[in-house]
Amino acid sequence: MRNGNLVSLKGISKIYNTGKVKVTALDEINLDFGRGEFIAIIGPSGSGKSTLMNIIGCLDTPSGGAYLLDGHSVAEMGIHQLAGIRNKKIGFIFQNFNLLPYATAYENVELPMIFAGLPGNHRKEKIMSNLAMVGLSDRADHKPTELSGGEMQRVAIARALANDPEVILADEPTGNLDSRSGDEIIRVFENLNEQGRSIITITHDMSIAKRCHRIIKIRDGIIESDTRNGNGVN
Amino acid sequence: MKLLTYKILLFLKLIGREFKAQKLRMSLTVLAITWGTISITLLMAFSVGLEKQMNKANAGLGDGIVIVWGGQTTMPYQGLPQGRRIRFRSESGIIELIRSRVSGIEMIAGEFLRWGQAIEYKGQQINKLVCGTYPEYEKMRAHYAKPGGRFINRNDIELKRRVVYLGTNVADEVFGERVNPVGEIVNINGMPFTVIGVMIDKMQDSNYHGPDEDYVVIPASTFLLMYGDPFFDNLVYKVRDGINSKSVEKDLFRTLGAKYRFDPADESALWIWDTIEGAEMFKKVFLGITIFMWFIGGMTLFIAGIGVANIMYVAVRERTREIGAKMALGARGGQIIFQFMTEAMAISLAGGFLGIMISLAVTAIFRMLPMDGDLELLSNPTVNWPVALITVGTLSAIGFISGFFPARKAASINPVEALRYE
Repeated sequence: MRNGNLVSLKGISKIYNTGKVKVTALDEINLDFGRGEFIAIIGPSGSGKSTLMNIIGCLDTPSGGAYLLDGHSVAEMGIHQLAGIRNKKIGFIFQNFNLLPYATAYENVELPMIFAGLPGNHRKEKIMSNLAMVGLSDRADHKPTELSGGEMQRVAIARALANDPEVILADEPTGNLDSRSGDEIIRVFENLNEQGRSIITITHDMSIAKRCHRIIKIRDGIIESDTRNGNGVN
Repeated sequence: MKLLTYKILLFLKLIGREFKAQKLRMSLTVLAITWGTISITLLMAFSVGLEKQMNKANAGLGDGIVIVWGGQTTMPYQGLPQGRRIRFRSESGIIELIRSRVSGIEMIAGEFLRWGQAIEYKGQQINKLVCGTYPEYEKMRAHYAKPGGRFINRNDIELKRRVVYLGTNVADEVFGERVNPVGEIVNINGMPFTVIGVMIDKMQDSNYHGPDEDYVVIPASTFLLMYGDPFFDNLVYKVRDGINSKSVEKDLFRTLGAKYRFDPADESALWIWDTIEGAEMFKKVFLGITIFMWFIGGMTLFIAGIGVANIMYVAVRERTREIGAKMALGARGGQIIFQFMTEAMAISLAGGFLGIMISLAVTAIFRMLPMDGDLELLSNPTVNWPVALITVGTLSAIGFISGFFPARKAASINPVEALRYE
């Protein structure tokens, strides 16, 4: 199983039924992601890229099709198992960070570990090394309001890495940041990818997409193109 | 176990943080519960205190006593005309007759009265009502002496002693406050009397010859000797527990009707004041007041409950995004609900604790305040613990329930929907 694809989507569709109108957000998507990939998903607003991301991240359920994550069929999982998957296999990063406003950077990173039931004495070292990885060792005791946007997003990355997930999913991680902070985030991603982490990110910014190894373009719920960058590892 | 403790501690820490972050909302919730608890607890505390004080005041005149005056006949009887006055001659054996014939009477005493008697001490003189009576009067009319003193006793009667028992007010007027006059000599109508006791301070809400604190009481035998008037002004008796005072009244009419020869059906022959009847009435009125208080309390609880429910509901709703974020990080529904419930519990306990403490403080202050006269009825509020605990419990339960359902709902939908919530 470990040798198979990390993410395997077969005929995934998502249809929103809003009373009279049926909106097809995803139309029988087939996609495979391997381990260690650094992928950009691009596409105009309403193309279905966020829906795709949410389904991959187990935040949303598809209307049809099969989704294997690390060889396990997600469709057959109950809510507890899904919570476990989100907790341990996936690290999600949001455009608007979604940090707990009243908790420090340290406590925000600690949160997924608490949900995982990790004993207290195992956490500290991991939290501090994660914060060091994103260059925020000296910000551990700061609350989100005391951090800049770029710093908040780096805390979110440290948090996403808390339980060593198989894949990091980032939904427009630089969308709320200025270009310099956005560049810092992408550099953190590049470092992580060099360490072998799988990263999938949605972006509007072609300059960011070009730094990824594979670009998947979505339009109207279907994959328009799936290209590999020449300068990529793959 | 260690892990669970740690988890709980961490959640509590987060809640503490949240308290700081959401000071206003949290304080409002605590305030709502505190306020609800205080309102209801104090309402019931004053209700209980009022009843206590009213009972006490009611008993000031005497507990379960009846006062009898001689009246005037309105019916011709056994050849005698109507319009005769009925008067109780003290040495006619009337007391003994009633004692032996009316079995429902536990205690009885005659009472001689004379108004405007000169009470003189060291050249100062005041005029007061002098009452001549018997030892039974003490218990019936709650004429208890302060420590170091006593009421009239058997020997005083038999030896026709010149001793006097003073109402609180009289003692204060004659001797000044905070002076113990027992053993002092006062002149009543020019004759020296030894003070044997002063009445304790008591509340009295009704009287027939002025309040007891203005009484000057001497032995009936001494009174007779001094004034020579053989007629009792009135009789006072106490009905045995469990005996209907109306049936005792009938027996009394029959007994005295035979003695004074009036028709036992002639209601004007004797004037009767049945304080037991009054007490029954009072009980009914107070039951009404109590029901009303409970009703108001219930309404207050209801309104406080709505307030708490509203705050909790909004609090959970507006944190739906946060719930979504936590679920995206892998929190289970149970963990999220647990956090909200711990929070609700902390808020409820804090509010309830504060509410009860403030209520206790307020009632303590009211008990310490010197309140005389009309305000005396408010001077003894008592926190009713079951009411206080039920109030806190109910408000907490409402807070729990109104937080639980939106929390459970938010925790059971797709995280993406919770995240999208604005």
